[in-house]
Amino acid sequence: MEMRILSCTVNGKPVQVGYDVRECLLDTLHDRLGLTSVKRGCEVGECGACTVLIDGVATDTCLYLTAWAEGKTIETVEGLQAPDGTLDVVQQAFVDEFAVQCGFCIPGLIMSAEEMVRSGKTFTRDEIRKCLSGHLCRCTGYQNIVNAVEKATNLVNGMVGEEASGTEEVA
Amino acid sequence: MYDIVYYHEAESVQDAVRALTEHPEARVIAGGTDVLVQIREGRFGPCELVSIHELRDELWGVTLDEDETICIGPITWFHAVNTDPICQERIPVLCDACDTPGGPQLRVSGTVGGNLCNGITSADTASTFFAFGAELVLEGPNGRRVVPIEKWYAGPGKTVREQNEVLVQIRIPKSHYEGFTGEYIKYGKRRALEIATMGCCCLVKLADDHETIEDVRFAYGVAGPNPCRSEAAENIARGKTVAEAAPLVGEAALEDLHPRDSWRASKDFREQLIKEMTKRALVEAAAKGGSTASWK
Repeated sequence: MEMRILSCTVNGKPVQVGYDVRECLLDTLHDRLGLTSVKRGCEVGECGACTVLIDGVATDTCLYLTAWAEGKTIETVEGLQAPDGTLDVVQQAFVDEFAVQCGFCIPGLIMSAEEMVRSGKTFTRDEIRKCLSGHLCRCTGYQNIVNAVEKATNLVNGMVGEEASGTEEVA
Repeated sequence: MYDIVYYHEAESVQDAVRALTEHPEARVIAGGTDVLVQIREGRFGPCELVSIHELRDELWGVTLDEDETICIGPITWFHAVNTDPICQERIPVLCDACDTPGGPQLRVSGTVGGNLCNGITSADTASTFFAFGAELVLEGPNGRRVVPIEKWYAGPGKTVREQNEVLVQIRIPKSHYEGFTGEYIKYGKRRALEIATMGCCCLVKLADDHETIEDVRFAYGVAGPNPCRSEAAENIARGKTVAEAAPLVGEAALEDLHPRDSWRASKDFREQLIKEMTKRALVEAAAKGGSTASWK
């Protein structure tokens, strides 16, 4: 099958890459661009291990043809760390809460959590479970993953009303 | 890597129709959450695809016609229908149904049009579209035609859509939704990433006393080879109060519906589900219209 050239933005950088028209975005990101955080799991849209952000939306790349990514903005875990190596708030929360065991499902989960953090909302634990329900983890039992996502969303979007008013009083 | 031997990214609906006509073996792909999974299974062998994924200008979004018909673009994601203000205000039960397929990532790839075009009885939005009596607009080489959803299905996984026709709009006229409240119940063994063992949508219009059933529709997925209604259940409920009708509708529905044994569930279990879900869907739909009846 013919080769074509994809132009898109990956982790903030403009990218041009040749691809086979039969490829899904998972193939292109993992095999051609070397972004190995994008995991090949079930390949039928059930496990969520290949989740990345496409124009800010957490999407399974195993069911997304590379052709559709033309002109889109794609983000993977590789793009989250600051240039000096500082972890992103979601990554740090996963470390702090011991949310990682074998780690295979984690990059996908982090990208879904990233979408949640950027929504500007806070979430109940039930809502977090629902937002993460497109991911399968066979190690952790999810408890610490939910803890980590709760921590990250609360840290970034949580109400700081009490603290804020307390600070005002002191001032 | 998928076993694709021809791929065309359509630039317009007419371009897609032309490509489909030139390639009589080609399939339409929109969200890809069914077609790509089936290619992966090797179901089609080497596959020809015409993609309508990028036709957002023509096929995406929800609008309201002058006569207040709700017009849904077929490549609109489940999630986008779920969060659409027009749907939330006028047909919230469809939003609920759109919140049930797969998981969050699937709902931002899978499309409501694909959910109808796959012809599958367990499709989560199909029973709700069926209850609303949706009208499906197809565009082919000879122009457009409108198919009422009652005439859409043609056996398991089959519809009357010709190979070179594209679904271009899903229409729900005002008279089909005005005054109705609804409930969709999906029964599955888990709450996400599940295919319905049984799906039931009830739409009910109550009289001014908020208890008497003026009109009602029951539609089901997985109760037969295609989504379907139960007229027996509707007839027995009409004119009664919700509390009177609730104990009767389940048995009545079984006069019309003949589910089968499958590896997912036995016939007996599905009949039990139909009885129970018909009752609960009626009561829950009526509760949104102000009824105080209980199914317990």
